[in-house]
Formats: sequence, structure tokens, C-alpha cells
Amino acid sequence: MSEEKGREELLGAFKKWADGVEQKLSKRPERKEEFVNTSGIPVNRAYTPLDRTDDNYLPEIGLPGEYPYTRGVQPTMYRGRYWTMRQYAGFASAEESNKRYRFLLDQGQTGLSVAFDLPTQIGYDSDDEMAIGEVGKVGVAIDSLKDIETLFHKIPLDKVSTSMTINSPAAVLLAMYIAMAEKQGVQAEKLRGTIQNDILKEYSSRGTYIFPPKPSMRIITDIFSYCTKKVPMWNTISISGYHIREAGSTAVQEVAFTLANGIAYVEAALKAGLDVDTFGPRLSFFFNSHLDFLEEIAKYRAARRLWAKIMKERFSAKNPKSMMIRFHTQTAGCTLTLQQPKNNIVRVAFQAMSAVLGGTQSLHTNSMDEALCLPSEEAVQIALRTQQLIAYETGVTDTVDPLAGSYYLEALTREIFERAEEYINKIDDMGGAVPAIEQGYIQREIQDSAYKYQLDIEKEERIVVGLNRFQVEEEKPTNLLRVDPAVREAQIKRLKELKSERDNEKVNKSLSDLKQVAQGEDNLMPYILDAVKAYASLGEICNVLREVFGEYQQVSTLGR
Amino acid sequence: MNTRKKIRVLAAKPGLDGHDRGVKVVASALMDAGMEVVYTGLRQTPTQIVESAIQEDVDVIAMSILSGAHDYLFPKVMELLKEKGVEDMLVLGGGIIPDEDIPGLKNSGIAEIFGPGTTTEQIIDYIRDNV
Repeated sequence: MSEEKGREELLGAFKKWADGVEQKLSKRPERKEEFVNTSGIPVNRAYTPLDRTDDNYLPEIGLPGEYPYTRGVQPTMYRGRYWTMRQYAGFASAEESNKRYRFLLDQGQTGLSVAFDLPTQIGYDSDDEMAIGEVGKVGVAIDSLKDIETLFHKIPLDKVSTSMTINSPAAVLLAMYIAMAEKQGVQAEKLRGTIQNDILKEYSSRGTYIFPPKPSMRIITDIFSYCTKKVPMWNTISISGYHIREAGSTAVQEVAFTLANGIAYVEAALKAGLDVDTFGPRLSFFFNSHLDFLEEIAKYRAARRLWAKIMKERFSAKNPKSMMIRFHTQTAGCTLTLQQPKNNIVRVAFQAMSAVLGGTQSLHTNSMDEALCLPSEEAVQIALRTQQLIAYETGVTDTVDPLAGSYYLEALTREIFERAEEYINKIDDMGGAVPAIEQGYIQREIQDSAYKYQLDIEKEERIVVGLNRFQVEEEKPTNLLRVDPAVREAQIKRLKELKSERDNEKVNKSLSDLKQVAQGEDNLMPYILDAVKAYASLGEICNVLREVFGEYQQVSTLGR
Repeated sequence: MNTRKKIRVLAAKPGLDGHDRGVKVVASALMDAGMEVVYTGLRQTPTQIVESAIQEDVDVIAMSILSGAHDYLFPKVMELLKEKGVEDMLVLGGGIIPDEDIPGLKNSGIAEIFGPGTTTEQIIDYIRDNV
């Protein structure tokens, strides 16, 4: 039988089946009039080979480890090596966080992920007035190289890779990491890890910006250029959809806005004279793993295909590594409920599974108590065990991209790809991600989706188990992990001691050199490294840059 | 019949926290419910919030914080309001705030705390009943 004839026969059978189902609907209606996923994509009753485009198999889907990487960036994926299990952690002081890292490594975690407190993320020392109430709260407080030395005490940097969630002051924290490793006897060229360094999503979604876009993009391209030569195994940026999604975007918007930011970074680096195939392979990405299991898997696959196409066709990359999206995934914090928190263990397990089926390179699983506070040791252990269960017990890791070929999943992958590409075209028309953010377009799109999501919950069009259905009376949780306010006092004391012990002349010289370079065009990194090594504080370094670059003012996007 | 002028609300983000999904959702809902909302944007000091509230002559200050700095920032706003002699503003807090902290915050003068899972309707009703 010819393929054509087979298809015709199927089409006939499908029509007959669909008519039959329609007729019975009056008696036995479906749960909803319309099934639509979070991205607004209609979901059909059933998918068949009629939804398939096998004629486009190679260009659209291809083989694992081959362009366009829809099926994964490596040919063997988890048959070769599991993803890196990397729990985001850090709170209070460097000593306290160092203890948590060593606990996690003892429990079989394979990489570190550092959470900094907000003053550190926004370039304030712990003794700054802006830092009152925030020191050590959402992450560890770092004021100088001294704190970084404590943070990584007895952690073998040649064996462990470290991811640091730091954006505006990423250059400073990277410099501290390099300086500290040097003291441990580990050369910069051996260091493996990631700095988030993704300022654009800070403007649109996460809020820890310092400088305006132009100098911020310069810092980023300076880092690209420096690392290419000196820290070649370092991921110089983690272009993040995670926070865009947490701020309320849909899955399609997450892909579109993340890759649009990616395009802006590549353009900035090209403009700075870098070659796409030198920095391209070191770009990494970070996605969210949300509730809709299959939509999420399709999202990762679509993102891989779309980035590969962008790098190859728009930027003429030649190195396959430039075309591969390597990404970290974190389960969606915004889906955790305060109500019946143990249900969160199950939510996280499903979300982690979709990240694995979507081919993630590393994964953070949220702890059940994170809707309320920083995770307890027990809760973190369960979260890590969830990943280990998926890796070692479920069998999904034994074949590459096991859901490929599902009629639904492939149709959804294509749909997300096309819709995200449409958004990117629209952003291109605005002049790219930076103008789109400056005009408030991306922020508005995200906040509209967030508002719709909330109203859907309130109208019970979206059911959240334990929140708007299946509720129970519960005891209020007690004994939460809390950060002692004394952390701030201790940080301030240490900073004072540091300032009295260090060679202040050397510090001042390094800071005035940095200021001069900031006013010119040379690469900032070597000067930041000198300042860090002289034990200039994070706040001192960022204040010099504030003086030269100014500060970003948020655009207002509320009101219509 | 209610002939009063529209309720005016200052939606504010004190501290360094950048999580503004919640405050924007609440602000949108209050606007849809017919209130006038002024949103401060991120990174407001208690002094800035109190100044804006007075300048905008609002009936309600609705603050949102998810970083854990509420125990310092919320009472500070109340202290500054008192210093300025403002006693008729309804001050609300929202975000990730442990139950154990609520009595202390209420003692400082915060009228109500709304945690995760609160509906916008609950907040709208609360404001209408208490302004």
C-alpha cells in the first residue's frame, strides 16, 4: 500500500471517528468546551499520524546530538552521564552556607549553585543603609574576597563546578572566584561553572539590576571576551527564562523572550568585535519546569531547535557547539502551595521528570517548604532524592528523548517553535530585546499573562489541588528555617576588620584605575580582578561603576 | 448609596526584593475593581513609601515583600507614618510572611497580612470593608 493511500484511508477513518464522537457529546459531554494549554495553544482530542510531518523529520527534528538538536545536544544523553544535580543554596553567612554545600556534596549532589543575598546581588555591602533587613536573607552575604574564601573552604574547585546566580555584579563575583581558586592552587583555565550574568531578564522580570542597559551590555561582553582567553571552560552567561516564567509568562513567551535576550547578547558581542564561534559555545541557558507536563517537554525541544536555527541562519555560526542550547532547569517555585505543602513533593517530581524528558543538562528540584521559607535540610534531601529516583529507578534515562514521535508531542513542539518565532519577529521589529524592554512591551506581556493565570485560578477554571479544591483545615507550620538578624552585625564587624587590615592605599589605587578604565573602553575584567585581590569590597567596586555608569530607572508598565 | 470618591491605593515594593508578580496582579485587580492605584515600582525605602503615600493622598498602602525583610521594613513604615502624624491610612502587607511574624506586624499597626493563596477578591473586599 502506498503512503498516499494509507494517509487517505486514515483521513477517512479519522473523520468517521470524529463525527461519531461529536454525536455522542450531547449525551456525554467532555469536561470542558475547549481544551487549551497555558500558552493558549488548543489541545485536540487525539493526535494521529495525520498531525505528523515526517517529510520534515531531519530538518525539524533530526537525530540526537545533530542539528537542529530538537532531540538533545548529545548523541547519548543520559546513557552517557546523568544531568548535573545542582541545588540552589545559600543563606546567612559564608560559614553557614559552606556547611550546607558540604552537606549537599556528601548527599551525592554533583555541582554547586550559590544563592546570594539581595544586597550582594545589587552591589551593596552589608553595612549599606539599603541593606538593612536583607542581609543573609535570600542567600549568602558576600562583601569581599574574604567571604568567598570562607564560602568555598575545603571544596575542591578542580572537581566541582559552581553556578553563581549573580547578574549586575557578575564580573566582581567571577573575579573573586578566580582569585580564590588561585589561592587554592587551581588555575583559572581549569575552572568550571556558570555566572548568570543575564541583565536583560533583570529589567523585565527579576529586578536585581544596577546599571542602565548600555554599560551593562559592555560589562557582559567584557566578560565574554576575558573568559574566552582566560577561563575557557566557564559558562559566561546563563540566559534565563526561569524568572520570566516565574513572573507569570506562558511557556511560549518564556522561550521567545529568553531567546530574544540571547539574540541581543550575541549582537552586542559581535558589535564588540568577538567571533560568534569563540563565545557562542559558552552561552548557556536556564529554563523553568512548570505544571503542564507535555507542554514543558515540548518547550525544551522547541527551544533547542529555535536557538540552533538562530545561531546557524542569523549569525552564521559554524561550530556546532555554538548552535546547541545547553540548559539548566529549575522546577517552578510559583507552583508550590503553602497549603498542604507535602503535595509539593509530588508536583516537583512531575516537573523534574518533564525536565529530564526534555533533555536538561542540570537540574534544581525545589523543596516542599519553599512557598514559605528557606528549605530545611530534610526538605532539600527529599528534593535531591527526587532527582536520584528519576535517574536511577525510573528507566526514562535509558533511551534518548523517549517521547519523540508522540503525535501530540511533536505537534506541540512545532507549535511552540512557530509561536515563539512569531514573538521574536515582533521583537525584531521593535529593534530587539533592549528597546522592547525599554518600551515596557515584554513586561506588559508577562504581567498580562500573570493576571490571567490568577483570574483563572479565582474563577476555578484552573484547579490548584489543596488551594481552590480539595482543601483541608491545617495546623500552621512552625520551626521554620530563619536567618538570624545577627548575621548583619557579624558581616559589618568583619567588613570593618577587613578595612583596617588591608592595604588601603593599594585598594584606592585599584579603584581609581578601575574608574579610569570604566570611563574608557578597555576590558574591565583585569581591573576588577586587581581590586578584588586587593580586598576592595563588592560595594566599593560597584559604587565606582555606579559613579561612571549611573543607575537604571525602571519603566512603569501598570495602568492601561 | 455609596457616593464616596474612589478609593486610592499605593501599591509598594519596600526593600531590595524584585518579585513584583504579586503586587502587579493585586494592583491590576484593584484597578479593575474601580480603585485608583499608584504603583511605586521596585526598591523603595520606607521613607520613600511614606512620602509617596502622603503626596498621593491615598487611603490604603499595600506593600508586598518576598525576601524576608518584612520584619524590619513594615514596622519602619508604620513608625515613619506615626512620625508624620498620619493615622488614617489602612496599611496592608502581602508576600511570603510566616504566620509567627503576623502578630508582631499587626502590633506595629499593619492592619492585615495576605499570604500565598489569597484571592484578589479577598483583598478587594477587605479594603472596601475597612476604608
